[in-house]
Amino acid sequence: MLQPVEKESAAVTNAELEQYDLSKFEHVPRKKLGRYVAAALIVAALLWLAIAFARGQIEWIYTAKYLFAPVILQGLLNTIALSVLAMLFGVTLGVSVAIMRFSSNPIINWSAMGYIWLFRGLPTLLQLLLWYNLALVFPTIWIPGVAEWRTVDVMTPFVAALLGLGINQGAYTSEVVRAGLLSVDHGQYEAASAIGMTRLRALRRIILPQAMRFIIPPIGNEFIGMVKWTSLASVIQYSELVYAAENIYYVNNRVIELLFVAAFWYLVIVSVLTVAQGRIERYYARGSSRGFQAAARR
Amino acid sequence: MNPIVHAIGAKKSFGTFQALHDINLSIERSEVVCLIGPSGSGKSTLLRCINQLESLSDGALWVNGELLGFRREGNKLYELKDSEIARQRLSTGMVFQRFNLFSHKTALENLTEGPTQILKIPARTAREEALNLLERVGLANKCDAYPVELSGGQQQRVAIARALAMKPAVMLFDEPTSALDPELVGEVLAVMRNLAKTGMTMIVVTHELGFAREVANRVFFMDHGQIVETGTPSQVLVKPTQERTRDFISAVLS
Repeated sequence: MLQPVEKESAAVTNAELEQYDLSKFEHVPRKKLGRYVAAALIVAALLWLAIAFARGQIEWIYTAKYLFAPVILQGLLNTIALSVLAMLFGVTLGVSVAIMRFSSNPIINWSAMGYIWLFRGLPTLLQLLLWYNLALVFPTIWIPGVAEWRTVDVMTPFVAALLGLGINQGAYTSEVVRAGLLSVDHGQYEAASAIGMTRLRALRRIILPQAMRFIIPPIGNEFIGMVKWTSLASVIQYSELVYAAENIYYVNNRVIELLFVAAFWYLVIVSVLTVAQGRIERYYARGSSRGFQAAARR
Repeated sequence: MNPIVHAIGAKKSFGTFQALHDINLSIERSEVVCLIGPSGSGKSTLLRCINQLESLSDGALWVNGELLGFRREGNKLYELKDSEIARQRLSTGMVFQRFNLFSHKTALENLTEGPTQILKIPARTAREEALNLLERVGLANKCDAYPVELSGGQQQRVAIARALAMKPAVMLFDEPTSALDPELVGEVLAVMRNLAKTGMTMIVVTHELGFAREVANRVFFMDHGQIVETGTPSQVLVKPTQERTRDFISAVLS
């Protein structure tokens, strides 16, 4: 194949060749005009926003004053507690329901699907209100022969919010976990069986740890979502961050100033969670090819 | 004389497809048996039935004197529970075509997982035995490597060591070299050859006729879910009596 090309090039004169020699020319990089324009526009927009907020009818002094007010800090703690507990509850439920979806028992399989259908289908706020008003359907809660309670005593705003948010979360998480479990190669399960593992042990020791790599990023995303969903609990009088801010501005009428206080603390929580998520992702990436690329870069 | 693997009238079907027709076989302790035959002939299915990754549709299999999948009481056969089947699997060690090492565990952890979790051997003892096994397959220096850091040949040697760590009575190999680059086949076959010398009972599904000829005590030729011909390597591979065996061997060698 090379032969005819060489013959042709031999016919080209030196003068002609020189025309094609590009090494002596200066290289002029392409002008990245669009980049400068975009940067200028964004900076201008940010400046305009900053000035607008500074000049607006917002008494920033109130935001600063209430940032560390005991009521706000208590609300912050309650928000964190509810987020963490509801998420733990949701993930536990989600993993269980995901495993139920793989059951060969059709009743278990269908009840898992029914749970997902129902709680993914209902608005979260509506679910919170339903739990909070459970006493209308079940006036008492009892363990036969052990104890009996009045539902209104048990179903505090905290319990109702925990149940509502956790059960709602479980419906979403179960789908995430199911996708994660499906992403693990079936050969891993066979290898685990071959060394004498039962289904459940294989799931716990081999399949789930590998699925975590796929599960963690969306769960981190949902955790951040959960932090914000907890604000719905203010509707049923659970004293989380928004409820605390509301209670103050009902008195002093500094609505927007106190909403900024809440906004500040939400951003703090979310920033911490984002960093934590990155760490957990790196842990579960061990043994994956991407994990090694990351390790090599460090 | 009790055979270590024994099948009577074993059948397996997937839906309407009959993967195994009426398999009868009996393999003695310390025998090395190579299963050869065209793809889809049922070799892997037979191996997976011996390991209970598949259950028989009909007939019976015994490994190490135990009836697989059932408990006999009087003239009734009770289906075994998941945990009892898991226990029966301890008699067999399985090596897969695609290695299937636990990818989130190092080579050493792959070997110690079964002994510590299933056999409840103390972690230290399990670790020592695992290091000895890795030494035996020539990978002691790779004990802390994750599977993704190992070549295919190295992964398969770790997989063999992982199966041996459970001290099985029979080792099953499902096309152990088929997924390997040609230059890596030799190192895996060498490990298997050494294993055969220690008197381990081995059933090997393979396309490596050279290995079968050198190491096997007997070769089974399978086609269409049946064992068509059995005998010593020189009988089956050199002077096959069946037409189908002849065709297969000449196709592989050409």
